[in-house]
Amino acid sequence: MLGWELPPHNSGGLGVACYHLCKSLAKRDVDIEFILPYHAPFDEDFMTVTAAHPQGAKIVLANASAYDSYKYVFDDGHEEWVDIIGQQHAYEHAVAQLVEEREFDVIHAHDWLTFRAALRAKQIRNVPLILHVHSIERDRAGGQSGNQLVCEIESTALLMADRVIAVSQHTKNAIVKEYAIPADKIEVVHNSVDKTAFAELDAENAYRYIARMKADGYRVVTNVGRLTVQKGLTNLLYTAKAVVERVPKTLFLIVGSGEQYFELITLAAELGIAKNVIFTGFQRGKHWRDSFAIADLFVMPSVSEPFGIAPLEAIGFGTPALVSKQSGVKEVLNNCLKVDFWDINEMANQITAVVQNDGLRDELEWNAGRELEKLSWDNAADKLFAIYGQHLTGAAA
Amino acid sequence: MSKAIVLYLHVHQPYRVRHYTIFDAGVSHDYFDAPYDDRTNNERIIHKVAEKSYLPTNRKLLELLNNHPQFKLSLSITGTVLEQLEKWAPEALKSFQDLCATGRVEIVAETYHHSLAFFYSRSEFETQVQMHRDKIQQLFGQTPQVFRNTELAYNNDLAYWADQAGYKGILAEGWDKVLGWRSPNFVYRPAYTDNIRLLMKNYKLSDDIAFRFGDHDWSEWPLTADKFAHWLNETGDATNFNLFMDYETFGEHQWSESGIFDFLEHLPKQWLKTEGNSFMTVSEAIDNFEPKDQIDVPQTVTWADTERDLSAWLGNAMQAQAITALYGLEQQILDTGDWALIEDWRRLQTSDHFYYMCTKWFNDGDIHAYFSPYENPYDAFIAFMNAWHDLQFRLAEKGAAV
Repeated sequence: MLGWELPPHNSGGLGVACYHLCKSLAKRDVDIEFILPYHAPFDEDFMTVTAAHPQGAKIVLANASAYDSYKYVFDDGHEEWVDIIGQQHAYEHAVAQLVEEREFDVIHAHDWLTFRAALRAKQIRNVPLILHVHSIERDRAGGQSGNQLVCEIESTALLMADRVIAVSQHTKNAIVKEYAIPADKIEVVHNSVDKTAFAELDAENAYRYIARMKADGYRVVTNVGRLTVQKGLTNLLYTAKAVVERVPKTLFLIVGSGEQYFELITLAAELGIAKNVIFTGFQRGKHWRDSFAIADLFVMPSVSEPFGIAPLEAIGFGTPALVSKQSGVKEVLNNCLKVDFWDINEMANQITAVVQNDGLRDELEWNAGRELEKLSWDNAADKLFAIYGQHLTGAAA
Repeated sequence: MSKAIVLYLHVHQPYRVRHYTIFDAGVSHDYFDAPYDDRTNNERIIHKVAEKSYLPTNRKLLELLNNHPQFKLSLSITGTVLEQLEKWAPEALKSFQDLCATGRVEIVAETYHHSLAFFYSRSEFETQVQMHRDKIQQLFGQTPQVFRNTELAYNNDLAYWADQAGYKGILAEGWDKVLGWRSPNFVYRPAYTDNIRLLMKNYKLSDDIAFRFGDHDWSEWPLTADKFAHWLNETGDATNFNLFMDYETFGEHQWSESGIFDFLEHLPKQWLKTEGNSFMTVSEAIDNFEPKDQIDVPQTVTWADTERDLSAWLGNAMQAQAITALYGLEQQILDTGDWALIEDWRRLQTSDHFYYMCTKWFNDGDIHAYFSPYENPYDAFIAFMNAWHDLQFRLAEKGAAV
């Protein structure tokens, strides 16, 4: 399996999804070697994790983000910073060497960063190639056309693949539309959420101030995620203004960092709602968990969200969700509010209803909680296992 | 013809807000207590400024006062810096007191907290002016007669207020758009006032010392006291040269290595060697010279940036939101009678906090960047707003409707 990141060295949902998929697949006696572009200690035994990097490089240091440059430290001591395109090439060459020495039945690669390497591996060994699409370039570019080099890699690889996995119907439709891939070559395998993390909540919330304000009648709307154009947060701020005009005791908690950070802070001030919008920056651990738990409503207003795991996490922490109709997660979740990302009036309408009505909030939360219980990574693994089987027996050919 | 240098130095340090997060709000109220090695640590900055600027400059000034009976100057010192000197650099405070003990150093009135309260709450403004007056009387045994507002922010309303309050003079920026064809080198009378007089900063001469002194690319570099005195002597029609600047010009903005202390040392000698030349405090200039004309300033003028308005403090939406939110709490904060809470609220009024949120410095004047302890204006805004949220928390704890 070819992947770009695994927790805890992940920048977002991709690494988490890979981890849980593999863990559930391993229960079905799938023997996985997961090939990363960097060295990372992996102390669990359900799969083997191998680093593929340039010959002679002994250490590869990854920054926090998957899209940053990496530092390669070579055996002879010299160091090189390599950008994202350079890393892809290095990874491709290293994978090409690795596959010569390995025995395997299927190549399963996650997202465009690994696709060139996946094609090389397929070329060398001619085994079934399954490409797993967690997002396409148009999603990441917030509905714009994005980077044409990346589009080209996605287009070519998806054409060459034996099978394509999309994390949602939303993503499948996008692949068909953007890259003209035949729909029957694409299988939807929805992501899920790891429920074991939800048990760790402390009695004492990290947001002491917000808890105090709630006691005074305030209600809290939160968003946790990267502050990037894909996530639709400018619309959320326009919505916040409309909500605060009607219900002044509403706080919006924006948790995360990203290239829109300064822009969003400025916009909140320009809209005159700086007192009601709290920016925390990037958070981990308890601060991250409590960002969900303190809220009365989690809002994911993404312009385009291939799946979108955060609303499921929110529900796990006891907070109902409002998600954009342009997300994959809406396909697996019925008991949540759904709105078009551009429909600020309707979003304001729904948020206002929740912050003014604890009964609505509680009902949404309870029902969403029951729904969440049925979701499992094992379901995703079952589907994948079946797909592997089809290719190995020739049924899919 | 007699001509006087009116040297006026402004001494101020704010209580900088530490990296105060939303997770601190409601937990600890120590907005101003950064770890010692942090850029926002106030004690460390006081130590540094005392060592680089206050102590060596005051040593030099005292020497000049002792050596030249005609040498005089005026100072304004904010309450927030005085408190910090009392706590962390008592020797520096003593050195200011020693200057005043010569009887030839006049202290100028202002707000205790170096705030922009005049534009947001007249009663809060008057309270802070009174607090400052009390502090100056307590530490220096004199009662200020001449007023300067924070950042030299001046308009007709302020002059009217100061006139009614009994001040004999007030200070303002000698901005061309206000003066027109007139020269800043005279005493003026503010419009709509009865008795008060106006002294306007000669910003060209002041900035030659405060900003350009160490600039090797400046055509006049190096500036010597001899040359500077010559310029003033050459200026025929003038009574008073108002050299107004930040005190920290000496040793902090212009490092000792630039020769700024040598300039200061030689200026009195070079200036006084011409018959009729003198130094005057702000009150003396007002007492000695008749007003030349009336000055009408309907719009607020400050001493900052090329705009000379309040835009460095209130020009963007973050600044406007932050200051409006702060003054929005006024009545509730004062109603608590909790002096710790009231004082924290007042410390947050210091204009520097809003200056740090200025986004103009991405292109205008690196001076903003130099004086900010924050990485960017947004960090400054977030730390400030989190402190504001904590004020709100404390009000809620006292049963106020928030």
